[in-house]
Amino acid sequence: MSLTLDEVRKVAKLARLEMSDADLATMQKQLSAILDYVDQLGQLNTDGVEPLAHPLPVANVFREDVIGTCLTPDEALANAPNRLADFFGVPAVFDTDEPVSH
Amino acid sequence: MAEPYKIVIGLEVHVQLLTKTKLFCSCPNKFGLPPNSAVCPVCLGLPGSLPVMNRQAFDLALKAALALNCQIASHADQKPGFTKWDRKNYYYPDLPKNYQISQYDLPFSHDGFLDINVHPDPKKGYTAKKVGIIRAHLEEDAGKNIHDESGRGGDTRVDLNRTGTPLLEIVSHPDMNSPEEAIAYLEEIRLMLRELGVSDCEMQEGSLRCDANVNVHIPKADEPKGYAATPLVEIKNLNSFRSVGRAITYEAKRQYEQFQKDPVGYRIDKLLKTTAGWDDPRGRTEVQRHKEEAADYRYFPEPDLVPVIVTKEQLDAVKATMGELPQAQRQRLQTQYGLSPSDAEVFVAKGRKTVAYLEEVAKIVGDGKAAANRISDLVFPALNERKEEIDEFPVTAAAYADFVKQTGSLNKQDRVDVFKIVLEKGVSVEDAKTAAGIKAVDESALRESAKAAIAANAKAVADFKAGKDSAKMAIVGFVMKNNKGAPNDVVRKLVDEELAKV
Ligand SMILES: [Zn+2]
Repeated sequence: MSLTLDEVRKVAKLARLEMSDADLATMQKQLSAILDYVDQLGQLNTDGVEPLAHPLPVANVFREDVIGTCLTPDEALANAPNRLADFFGVPAVFDTDEPVSH
Repeated sequence: MAEPYKIVIGLEVHVQLLTKTKLFCSCPNKFGLPPNSAVCPVCLGLPGSLPVMNRQAFDLALKAALALNCQIASHADQKPGFTKWDRKNYYYPDLPKNYQISQYDLPFSHDGFLDINVHPDPKKGYTAKKVGIIRAHLEEDAGKNIHDESGRGGDTRVDLNRTGTPLLEIVSHPDMNSPEEAIAYLEEIRLMLRELGVSDCEMQEGSLRCDANVNVHIPKADEPKGYAATPLVEIKNLNSFRSVGRAITYEAKRQYEQFQKDPVGYRIDKLLKTTAGWDDPRGRTEVQRHKEEAADYRYFPEPDLVPVIVTKEQLDAVKATMGELPQAQRQRLQTQYGLSPSDAEVFVAKGRKTVAYLEEVAKIVGDGKAAANRISDLVFPALNERKEEIDEFPVTAAAYADFVKQTGSLNKQDRVDVFKIVLEKGVSVEDAKTAAGIKAVDESALRESAKAAIAANAKAVADFKAGKDSAKMAIVGFVMKNNKGAPNDVVRKLVDEELAKV
């Protein structure tokens, strides 16, 4: 199963990755190889096999609604490339195409 | 309908759940904390952390879904009650994991409905309309971006306290056809979810958010469906019920005008859905550019969470804590106490505590309608004036019932005066009457006077018996003249009783 260059470009855009044409070509090869590998599963006969939503036979794992310990703002922001007071700083978001809520 | 088109509205509502902690970690779920102080490795999306579902969040969501008459996870090819979570992938600074844990193809609830009041004057009556619910699902919220307002393009500041707090998304069918219906739907959801303790539904604070999908149908005899439909527009940035109504009215008219300009191209099957922001001060929607392709969120099952299988026991336990829903309450107040639809609406809209107050007064007074009238007369204005909730009001239901019984023979002004004294001085009804200068009414003396009046006014009695209702007033007037200051309603009641005996 082979991906087109346009498909790779689209996936890169969705992931907000900027790629040169050379990078895109490499990714096209590598991603296609991964898909081919996974595609082998298609050779199995799965008639009568129940669809699986999770690999473990476990359900209903809950925790109680009890407040625990948080990080301090200093800890939370320790790895931030750009800290503005007690906030994470990011370049201004101008892309109005991006939905405000999801 | 005055407009030459039919408005079609579907609403997507997000409500924040009233849990103590977030959906997948034990950070507090609380508004107004210092920035980035309610975060941990799970909600920051740090490597190696794992989410675990908050039981209370799931139970609250279930409660809301049952109140919305939804099916609980009844999916083809799945065990009954089976639901799972999925990753919705998109990149935005307020979403540190770069995906939101949400529900895609197997939401925990779906296919419900909500009855809303579409009576032309909703304060005066109740006309039900069913609005279909497509689904309600449980997901996590994102953080908050605070943009630089200086205009110099400064960096955006990100606060992740809200990241990972529980949200219930409720998606309706496009079953609403006017701004009023959309607002009625929101009001009913808010009343119900507040009364159930699911959410406080404050639109200003963002604990209830609403996006409106709007288009219009223009009747056209030569169309296969009998109408032409404009493309869907999703309106965002609606921050009050009023703005929801205004935005829908504006957008419907805008779409109709657009269609007039381009009746061939401006069609639902020609253009993708677009997003528009509501500009409240300017009173208009700002349609963002048309997208070339639909949003692509690349959903896949969330491997870090195990599925939930809702059991009958769990459902029964949640049902047992629900109590009476507003719609059932409206019906019961009418059948059990003989309240008018409008009175029932007034009490139910004020919430369960007010209904409980009414019922206690009604039980003691022995007359639900009278209890409702007396509460509307005196308690509601007092609450308004004192800016109090019913459970903060110093006059308990039992005390108010006692007041109603002891002041039944007073005229309205006297009752108002006595209640004011009871409320302000905290004295007994008896003492308040004395303080207001009201003498006790001697009912037996008044009754004798009524009998005498009937005996002295044979002609009026005969006229009354012949069907002339107004003749009764001559007798009442006669009694009043002989008993200056007697309460008119008591005199009428006694005259009625004595006339019946003649
Ligand atoms: Zn956390």
